[in-house]
Amino acid sequence: MSKSVLSGKGVTKVFGLGDKKTVAVDHVNFKFSKGELVSIVGESGSGKTTLVKMILGLLSPTEGDIYFMGKKRDIRTRKQKREYWKGIQAIFQDPFSSYNIFHKIDSVLMDCINMRGGSHLPRDEKIKMITEACGFVNLKYAELTNKYPFELSGGQMQRLMIARIFLLKPQILLADEPTSMIDACSRATILDMLLQCRNEVGMTIIFVTHDIGLAYYISDSVYIMEHGKFVEHGTADQVILSPTADYTQRLINDVPKIHAPWDFAKVASTVSAQA
Amino acid sequence: MGKAILEVRDLTTKYITRFKEDVYAVDHVSFTVDEGRTLGIAGESGCGKSTLALSLMGYYFSPLYYTGGQILVDGRDITNMSPDEVRKNVLGTEVAYIPQAAMNALNPTAKIIRFIEDVIHAHDLKMSKKDIYDLARERFEILNLPSDVLQKHAVELSGGMKQRTVIAISTILSPKVLIADEPSSALDVSSQKLVIKMMYDLMRMGYIKSMIFITHELPLLYNVTDNIMVMYAGQIVESGTAKQMVFDPVHPYSKGLMNSIIVPEEGTRDVKLTAIPGTPPNLKNPPQGCRFAERCKYAQHLCHTSFVTMRRFGEVDPGLLGGEDEGDAVAERNRAYRCIVPIHELKAAYAEEDAARRRDKEAVSYE
Repeated sequence: MSKSVLSGKGVTKVFGLGDKKTVAVDHVNFKFSKGELVSIVGESGSGKTTLVKMILGLLSPTEGDIYFMGKKRDIRTRKQKREYWKGIQAIFQDPFSSYNIFHKIDSVLMDCINMRGGSHLPRDEKIKMITEACGFVNLKYAELTNKYPFELSGGQMQRLMIARIFLLKPQILLADEPTSMIDACSRATILDMLLQCRNEVGMTIIFVTHDIGLAYYISDSVYIMEHGKFVEHGTADQVILSPTADYTQRLINDVPKIHAPWDFAKVASTVSAQA
Repeated sequence: MGKAILEVRDLTTKYITRFKEDVYAVDHVSFTVDEGRTLGIAGESGCGKSTLALSLMGYYFSPLYYTGGQILVDGRDITNMSPDEVRKNVLGTEVAYIPQAAMNALNPTAKIIRFIEDVIHAHDLKMSKKDIYDLARERFEILNLPSDVLQKHAVELSGGMKQRTVIAISTILSPKVLIADEPSSALDVSSQKLVIKMMYDLMRMGYIKSMIFITHELPLLYNVTDNIMVMYAGQIVESGTAKQMVFDPVHPYSKGLMNSIIVPEEGTRDVKLTAIPGTPPNLKNPPQGCRFAERCKYAQHLCHTSFVTMRRFGEVDPGLLGGEDEGDAVAERNRAYRCIVPIHELKAAYAEEDAARRRDKEAVSYE
């Protein structure tokens, strides 16, 4: 068993106080090893994004500890946070709001190199690195230079996000529904690039999604989340092909499939049962 | 099957941009939807799916303009009507349209029953408030929606409930055709299933005669629709039954599209997803020949200059291809191989890659 890069013990987040409190994430334990592609699957409101924010350090957990590279994470000061973010990076759902609209693409990518301690490099060197990163995601640097992020399409922006990750080479990449806002055709490209990133750079990818089919396609192991708790986890084949938890079974049942189409007469019974 | 409810012939509509350029987003589109049938429209973003849906309403407003063709709803042409007439006699009663993210457009200060009153009053129907309420309650109960929703505000409802309410409101006058544009894309899987189930119920109970379903989620389309139409750059590239289109598409573009299907079923992990390279053409000056030629890996120089029609190989008379004794062998081969470029001066191009892949598959299955 390889060493765990990121693990959590009893991670909890509670919003609100007293009667109005909501337990968004409820005593969650997890362990992600190096080079693994893990999916966290759950419906909206299951606490996926809260967990992601806690892992990223944007929210602090109410209870529980997160361990990064075997050590307990300590990100109380700004300096510690910056150091932490060198090892952990994220791609978000909405590519249009992920960029600072006042910064040109060149400076977005240049910042990545500076952040990894490449600020002393000559400009030519930097541009060479950027061109390589753009090539990795099938974008042409010559076409991007002097442009603002909003001049690109959603798929291109998401690819540029991956180019950033390629330059930064973090140990962990958190991908929070990176493909839900782009259409099915460009989705294949994005998934492919994430897999390539994993294989070439060797980073751990945590893929958060509500699409169980996507999770099955891309990941090595899958965590299923319901109401802030992990109800099931195991290898992708295990969880998707022979699910044990009721919730997982219902989730898989509700996804449209092509080899076992829905029987609407059966759906009727589930509706009346719920109503 | 049943009679045609919606018949579209050579429909062409265009957008006029700020710089007075014409963009033909729907270009010579023809299709028919029969009674009791559901038609799905698939395609990449920006291929004209939503514009087609807008055009089908027969109600055009700037910057969308009608340029030609006919839309027959139950035999009546709605393209030569005035906008007011369309609004009164077509929208809601003949054709109902649910735009994308319609559920976010419900006025937060009004109760749901107000929207239903609005729909009915817009069609000059003299009904008392009580009658409207009774009608709405009855309809909601049939559709498994709790009737206290009528007295609630939109903000009190969950996403799935809002979407189902929107569908119930728009079909309150029992339109003949329901056009739903991405009705379930913002919902999670279980509410999505309930929404689809409700649309199916509407069909089964005869409140709507036929349905057009637009989405880019292909597994969903396969589950919901009878026929699927694939659009690319404002044109229809291929249409057929759902099964045919998902498992045995002919056009290279539909093939690419069907390659992007991901489902949580055995075998998904073994197939490598392939994306179609490049981006759709700019419709301000569309390519001369086949619009897909730029991105098509089977394209030949003929494709760039003239438009070639797609044809399934089995549709070609086998006698043309070989001697009489070879007939059976040829027919057999026709089933296994598919033609990518149709016969042109009796020359045929086979999808060699496809054939090879099929052989591999067969070999595996025989083992």
